[in-house]
Amino acid sequence: MASEASTSYSVVLESKPNAIIEVCKQILSKLETNNFSEEDIFSVHLALEEAFLNAIRHGNKMDPNKGVKIAYSIDSDKAEITMVDEGDGFDPEAIPDPRYGENLYKAYGRGLLLIHSYMDAVKFSERGSCLNMVKYKKKAHPTENQTQAKA
Amino acid sequence: MAEIKPRISVEYIGDATVVTLTDEKILEEKDIRALQESIMSVVEQTERINLVLNFGNVRFLSSAALGLLIRISKKIYECDGQLRLCNIDSKIHEIFKITRLTKIFDIYQDVESATEDLFTAN
Repeated sequence: MASEASTSYSVVLESKPNAIIEVCKQILSKLETNNFSEEDIFSVHLALEEAFLNAIRHGNKMDPNKGVKIAYSIDSDKAEITMVDEGDGFDPEAIPDPRYGENLYKAYGRGLLLIHSYMDAVKFSERGSCLNMVKYKKKAHPTENQTQAKA
Repeated sequence: MAEIKPRISVEYIGDATVVTLTDEKILEEKDIRALQESIMSVVEQTERINLVLNFGNVRFLSSAALGLLIRISKKIYECDGQLRLCNIDSKIHEIFKITRLTKIFDIYQDVESATEDLFTAN
């Protein structure tokens, strides 16, 4: 069995959709090593993909001369990912809610909602160009036997 | 040479066209464009298509894939066709619930129930 380990890492990626693949593999592998649940790993994977696509498409406008800096730290309790693009930023509060009205029928605009829904803490800074997101490991519920043993 | 992956398989059950998505992940924009081309070509072959999209193989998708589904549904409804989704993994179904797309897509347990309902509707 792999042992739990704390990891920190930082890298600058090109503004290409598949540039995230290797870093994504590394992060998911570290989550597995630290015994995060399948659901937690799915959540981080989804948030990471959505955040990176937002950073290169809306932040860097697919400019090949601009990069996205990703830093992460993962330990046995939580995964924290910071992503900084080189765009002009945006106001997250000004993004329309895709769940209501005509927005529900639009083919875009759901990435931010998914990031907020799947991560436990999401914070934008530097006028929206820097995203910090945290996922806490879901605590396993005690089994009935463990509960009885405590009582 | 570019890799050409089979994106879909197509089966006809009565009046229904069942398109099974063969990829496990629907993520990258170029893959989504390829998938869109494949599905749209199937949709355009029939005047009023009764399409069942089978997600049985899909384990991961992005919001861009949701956009693809919306574009496909618009195309189908413009032509008075019908669209059903089925066999959706529980984690992906959660994405549909969070985004409230369960309000605009008819989601069924499996291909059988999705096609049965289409026959009833006709």
